[in-house]
Amino acid sequence: MQARKLSGGFDTPPVNSAHAFRAVMEAMARPGQIQDISGAQPPAPLSNAAGSVLLTLCDTDTPIYLAGDADTDDVRAWLAFHTGAPLTGPSHSMFAVGSWDALMPLSGYPIGTPEYPDRSTTLIVECAELEATGATLRGPGIKSEATLSLPETRAFQSNRALFPLGLDFIFACGDRLAALPRSTEVSRSSREAVAHEGAF
Amino acid sequence: MTDYNFAYLDEQTKRMIRRAILKGLAIPGYQVPFASREMPMPYGWGTGGVQVSAAVLTPDDTFKVIDQGADDTTNAVSIRSFFERTAGVETTTATTEASVIQTRHRIPEEPLTEDQILVYQVPIPEPLRFLEPRESETRKMHSLEEYGLMHVKLYEDISRHGHIATSYAYPVKVEGRYVMDPSPIPKFDNPKLSDMAAIQLFGAGREQRIYALPPYTQVVSLDFEDHPFEASKADHLCGLCDATDSYLDEVIMDDQGGRMFVCSDTDYCEARRAAGHKGKDAA
Repeated sequence: MQARKLSGGFDTPPVNSAHAFRAVMEAMARPGQIQDISGAQPPAPLSNAAGSVLLTLCDTDTPIYLAGDADTDDVRAWLAFHTGAPLTGPSHSMFAVGSWDALMPLSGYPIGTPEYPDRSTTLIVECAELEATGATLRGPGIKSEATLSLPETRAFQSNRALFPLGLDFIFACGDRLAALPRSTEVSRSSREAVAHEGAF
Repeated sequence: MTDYNFAYLDEQTKRMIRRAILKGLAIPGYQVPFASREMPMPYGWGTGGVQVSAAVLTPDDTFKVIDQGADDTTNAVSIRSFFERTAGVETTTATTEASVIQTRHRIPEEPLTEDQILVYQVPIPEPLRFLEPRESETRKMHSLEEYGLMHVKLYEDISRHGHIATSYAYPVKVEGRYVMDPSPIPKFDNPKLSDMAAIQLFGAGREQRIYALPPYTQVVSLDFEDHPFEASKADHLCGLCDATDSYLDEVIMDDQGGRMFVCSDTDYCEARRAAGHKGKDAA
């Protein structure tokens, strides 16, 4: 127990976090593009990708909401030791971690204010799979269009409608991640419809 | 190298800057406040750009710094050696070899690629600041998309000079939403802001603001239908490399009115001369 919460952090924090941040930044700047990320081995059920994002961006200034299964004693102890971040509910969180279903409802998170739209939550969504197929993405950071497997599309469309307010999403799966900022327009592609009919 | 944390800043500061960069990328053109630190150089020497670079650099990067296009001016040389010493990164003067480029007031002539990041040093990030000094008011104007005042300013230019006389720090609109100051780049560079393959990050140290343009973001220079935006430059060839397409500096040669025009982008000019191009003033 003791060893588990002390281990799994960055070996060399300045270098590990620099590499991890570049992966997160590239993902946020190029919505839908999947990046490799490594460095942290957090306790289950957190993925290495989600753990690396948390160690790179979180500290005592960033309240975190652990949603559903992600809220375990091991995760709490690991975050406390490695980041010192306070834990909170969704309405005061700067970061939220958990599965898509556990993170619902999205209306519970701060979306920023008209004068400070940056004061909104970044949601780290744990995904069972993350592939460059599915919903079609358009907007800043995307040359023509990109595709990404999203848990759903409507929630991201209503989030886009709030722009410049809104939530930003990071999708974590194993050692990989992708991001979907509020600026991205999401539409359901014909390919996604085919996938839902089980043609793959 | 061992005397400093990697890239000079402490980790908590880097996390704070990194969070601001991510929000900036999510809201293109919006100025994110950040807790700018004292840097070992005066305000106005690129403290904002240096902090953004420090938060972005990894040990694998190759770093280039330009000051008005030149790699060999005081500001560029000191910032380059600062990161050689504190981050141990490779540095270069070749635009094509750099992965992170910090710039003061120019965009390199060579088109940037998806593997590059351009970091701007910004003195006054608020495009409306000279029209409205109160931060509380300019915030409100941005939130309401109330940009009429900026168009009045450009219109006054036309009524006084017959054309839009603003020649640098020419205001742009990002993705049809935020009006943004592109930093004091010449308006010749404005078209390069739009649809660029590289990530563009802007850091204003004294004013404590970070903003960003993700790749392939639509950036439009403000203008009027009957006075369209024009990316102007001196109507000459480069005296050293004969380039017709690059932004030129005017250099006074003597007190007899002698002058020459040379590329402001020194790397571009050197590469052209190495390739055999020769201008009329080349020795």
